[in-house]
Amino acid sequence: MAKITFPVEATHIMMFARAIGDTNPVYHDAAAAKNTEAGGIIAPPSFAQAVAQFDPEYHLRPKPGQKWFGSGKTASGVEGKPASSGGLHAEQHYEYIRPLRPGDVLTCETLPGKTWERESKRAGKLTFRERIVEYRDQTGELVMIARGVGVTTERPVDQG
Amino acid sequence: MALKASALKVGDTHSECVVENLSRTQIVQYAGVSGDYNPLHSDEVYTTQIAGYPSVFAHGMLTMGLTSKMLTNYVGDGTLTKFGVRFTNQVWPGDTLQSTATVEAVRNEGGQNYVDLKLSTLNQDGKEVVSGSATARIDP
Repeated sequence: MAKITFPVEATHIMMFARAIGDTNPVYHDAAAAKNTEAGGIIAPPSFAQAVAQFDPEYHLRPKPGQKWFGSGKTASGVEGKPASSGGLHAEQHYEYIRPLRPGDVLTCETLPGKTWERESKRAGKLTFRERIVEYRDQTGELVMIARGVGVTTERPVDQG
Repeated sequence: MALKASALKVGDTHSECVVENLSRTQIVQYAGVSGDYNPLHSDEVYTTQIAGYPSVFAHGMLTMGLTSKMLTNYVGDGTLTKFGVRFTNQVWPGDTLQSTATVEAVRNEGGQNYVDLKLSTLNQDGKEVVSGSATARIDP
């Protein structure tokens, strides 16, 4: 898989912190952040998920000239798709060597992970796929490792 | 401020309400910033009529982010060395979530003190939506 370049920016961090309802000044106030143990603005622990913004091929972002599977005139813009629930996020794990900071330019490389299956009462056959992403900074140092597990369900998850 | 090993013991807990009455708008906010525009999280028409769910629901990663707010308020900024979760149930608009960290171990490795935590986020019905663990550097 191609490597993705992920520039870490202060505005993006501020907006991410807002979306998770975190008002900690270490995410938006450079002057206040300077006097904390972090020594400046840092990114929240799950910020690296926003690397999707920098993946030109990311499949969960509408692209000009391409049909989108969400609703428009009809309930789905793609005809003949099975009414399955598609993929869900099952697990996410991070190992931090250091916090991400504005000005970092990360190179993200996805490594192959395991695939396994399991039967479930609530959603039928589950297919799990693991993705490992290594994040290196502008000096080539490894700063973070992410391990995500996605699951495809046979049918929508029963809410009973 | 970083936690102190001398002031921590196994079984200590820290708990916070991390969202009250989760709004569809906050889910849209998360979609916009994270770049995950999966219609399951913002498109009620698609999600109810095509995907077969009762309504849109939160990104798992939004719930992880909400859980991280409790975690960093407890262990301090930039001190985490590990943070992992499993998404055990979906989070829906209107949910109110309570996140709790429980001290599992206080240890020293190569001269550095660490705390190992068990994490759990419950909805208003007491159903677990996230279970996880974290490790942070702490002061002596």
